[in-house]
Amino acid sequence: MTDYVNYSTGAPVTDVKAPDGPINERWDKRRFEAKLVNPANRRKHTVIVVGTGLAGGSAGATLAEQGYHVVQFCYQDSPRRAHSIAAQGGINAAKNYRNDGDSVHRLFYDTVKGGDFRARESNVHRLAQISVEIIDQCVAQGVPFAREYGGLLDTRSFGGVQVSRTFYARGQTGQQLLLGAYQALSRQIAAGNVDMHPRTEMLDLIVIDGRARGIVARDLITGRVDTYFADAVVLASGGYGNVFYLSTNAMNSNATAVWRAHRRGAYFANPCFTQIHPTCIPRTGDHQSKLTLMSESLRNDGRIWVPKAKGDTRPADRIPEDERDYYLERIYPSFGNLVPRDIASRAAKNVCDEGRGVGPGGQGVYLDFADAVKRMGRKAVEAKYGNLFDMYQRITDEDPYEVPMRIYPAVHYTMGGLWVDYDLQTTVPGLFAIGEANFSDHGANRLGASALMQGLADGYFVLPATINDYLARNPHQEAVTAGHPVVQEVLTETEDRLNLLLSVDGDRTPDSFHRELGELMWEFCGMARTDAGLRKALERIPQIREEFWRRIKVPGTGEEFNQSLEKANRVVDYLELAELMCLDALHRAESCGGHFREESQTPDGEAARRDDEFAYAAAWEFTGTGDAPVLHKEDLVFEYVHPTQRSYA
Amino acid sequence: MKLTLRVWRQRNADADGAMSTYEVDGISSDMSFLEMLDTLNEELILRGEDPVAFDHDCREGICGACSLVINGDAHGPERTTTCQLHMRSFKDGDTIDIEPWRASAFPVIKDLVVDRSAFDRIIQAGGYVTAPTGAAPEAHATAVPKADADFAFEHAECIGCGACVAACPNGAAMLFTSAKVNHLNVLPQGAPERETRVLDMVAQMDEEGFGGCTLTGECATACPKGIPLMSITSMNREWLRATRKAGKR
Repeated sequence: MTDYVNYSTGAPVTDVKAPDGPINERWDKRRFEAKLVNPANRRKHTVIVVGTGLAGGSAGATLAEQGYHVVQFCYQDSPRRAHSIAAQGGINAAKNYRNDGDSVHRLFYDTVKGGDFRARESNVHRLAQISVEIIDQCVAQGVPFAREYGGLLDTRSFGGVQVSRTFYARGQTGQQLLLGAYQALSRQIAAGNVDMHPRTEMLDLIVIDGRARGIVARDLITGRVDTYFADAVVLASGGYGNVFYLSTNAMNSNATAVWRAHRRGAYFANPCFTQIHPTCIPRTGDHQSKLTLMSESLRNDGRIWVPKAKGDTRPADRIPEDERDYYLERIYPSFGNLVPRDIASRAAKNVCDEGRGVGPGGQGVYLDFADAVKRMGRKAVEAKYGNLFDMYQRITDEDPYEVPMRIYPAVHYTMGGLWVDYDLQTTVPGLFAIGEANFSDHGANRLGASALMQGLADGYFVLPATINDYLARNPHQEAVTAGHPVVQEVLTETEDRLNLLLSVDGDRTPDSFHRELGELMWEFCGMARTDAGLRKALERIPQIREEFWRRIKVPGTGEEFNQSLEKANRVVDYLELAELMCLDALHRAESCGGHFREESQTPDGEAARRDDEFAYAAAWEFTGTGDAPVLHKEDLVFEYVHPTQRSYA
Repeated sequence: MKLTLRVWRQRNADADGAMSTYEVDGISSDMSFLEMLDTLNEELILRGEDPVAFDHDCREGICGACSLVINGDAHGPERTTTCQLHMRSFKDGDTIDIEPWRASAFPVIKDLVVDRSAFDRIIQAGGYVTAPTGAAPEAHATAVPKADADFAFEHAECIGCGACVAACPNGAAMLFTSAKVNHLNVLPQGAPERETRVLDMVAQMDEEGFGGCTLTGECATACPKGIPLMSITSMNREWLRATRKAGKR
């Protein structure tokens, strides 16, 4: 076994910004206590924002409106293409428009419970409070949410809750919210308040005198590696699900920004908390480059089932009603098909492991709309889910109005991320992380339609309020120049890394390594994890890393548009992050939310938490590639939602 | 299946380009078109050749990054994005031509990758509602008739891929521009900037060097999101209305 597993435990990490007092007053209190920057002084401050998804786009636009000078980056050719655009189902908000018993407190409660009691209460409550403002803001921007005939907003239900609080724009809610943020950002670009750098990828963080002061980024067209300086740096670079190679993330979504920040001192929290989404289109072969999600909203009307008998290969319509097992409705009668994602995914895996899976290789379950079509008529189903059905048909060549969809779980979202305090600041002063890039709000499992809520809450409302405090307390930071020795060092390190990748001239492609790592992670750090399996992965990852640096082949040069070089450089970071994910999963010898350790389950196979030992967020400190990291624990205190064994039965 | 690909190769914006021929074998009909290109690129890398550069990201038909002209059609033979096109649309032995978007306002960066930043500048000219964060009224304060909301949504679906421009014999960006104008101009939230929006966006569109519209309709046929040709008519009406109103002031 490598030394990597012999991690040490350092001082606990505490959230010194978290206010106390009644939970519903904490956000107001923090905002009042935070220092402000005089409007005339704001233009003297430069803030770097990396990423233009819901979190980054909304943050860039809002900071610029406030008067800060924003320098923003995205690797895509346009800020409009960030992967938030692919979110389908909706966004939660405690508006209680349905008069169905919803409230801020209930959204708070549902989110803490849904996260299996591994999130911070203060943060989650703030998120629930802000949720209502987000809807107002987006409507004002012209986001075309679905509406009722009376002209008011429509809502629907999502997994893990019993109210209807999810606002949506057909199956393209993420697209519409992102375009709203993109348009707000565009207004600020036109006004000269945001310097936008598309097709530019952050490759490292510049930390001077203990503070984040800039980044190193590569222009993907010319290949030029350059440095950019600021008074604060905001990472909104998304999650790291692509460690698994196959995921529902965009092909180029990557972990480089957060991992490089981690290497420069930012703690990485709960890296093993990954979400496996229950309703994705099953893979068809080795050529598969990514997986496609079918929105959770489909579980509102679709019924999930498999044959009762093992190895039943009859087509779906030949299996009579009494030989079908609607297993979610059977095991969880009160939530039925709308149980949280972690539970639905595991249940699908279990029935497939029993040999009752459907489709090629038995890796699938049915999501059946026959009853919905009978009840609502085909037209109504079409209006609600038309674009999703079309997408399914294009990919699989099967008509879901006629035969049930086949679905299987896939990696979708990462709850873990950079550790941040209540102000969303990482352990590196001046470095903030927002949206999926941080770890803060979803605990061990995220509820559906909460990612959009969190991204926009962080970007429109939280960060713009808290970053003032940091800038006000550090008003006169010495200007950084390109000649500064630290800047030169970081720049040289980056260039050396790229040159090394280009010079190995081995015999394996970046994709072949990425795929190998992904398969290893899916097998040992995927839906079910064991001590032995994780140790096997931890043994193997350093070997793959060693082989990578011996055999990688990257054609072309660094001074041009070179997609192979981009890919290879991302794989470098996956090969380190994967190791930390496995170690985190190994050390957390309990099951909670999306993290399922086979050794820790209840008699009926549900995740068994061990609150006495693991009621903390695990924040890891980097000590060197392949070197054992240091664990800092943040104890989680539950004053309002008492931890219980989650029950959706 | 086995296919012959004729692919546009161009080292950079300043270099001359040409079609190069490649053979690929063992292509499954379940593969997406981009996965077929992935297969080719893996082979090219191992042979020490430069892989074919192309834009792609979500591979779910929503980010709008992918942008190939396949056998002369923007996004290929099906009405979808390139990433959602599957190899079952082709037969064993086919020869497939693959080119970048061709329009003077979309210069080639490398191979099949083009610069579409002109679209961003059209949005920056007025494709937004001025609604600073925090100033929003309660969402239900203004009801929006369902028909208007649906009309707005239908136009807001545009993914900004540029197929409309690539398909247009004039290289016009009318469908793209009209989609945003119609999305925002029909909503009460977009009403205060209704006139300036259409005038400024159209002016920017012209400045970017897009061609004029002759209502050929190729744009709407190529659009993977089904933005209707009538969208252009609606924008023209908005533009005329705004021009007359400006004249009266």
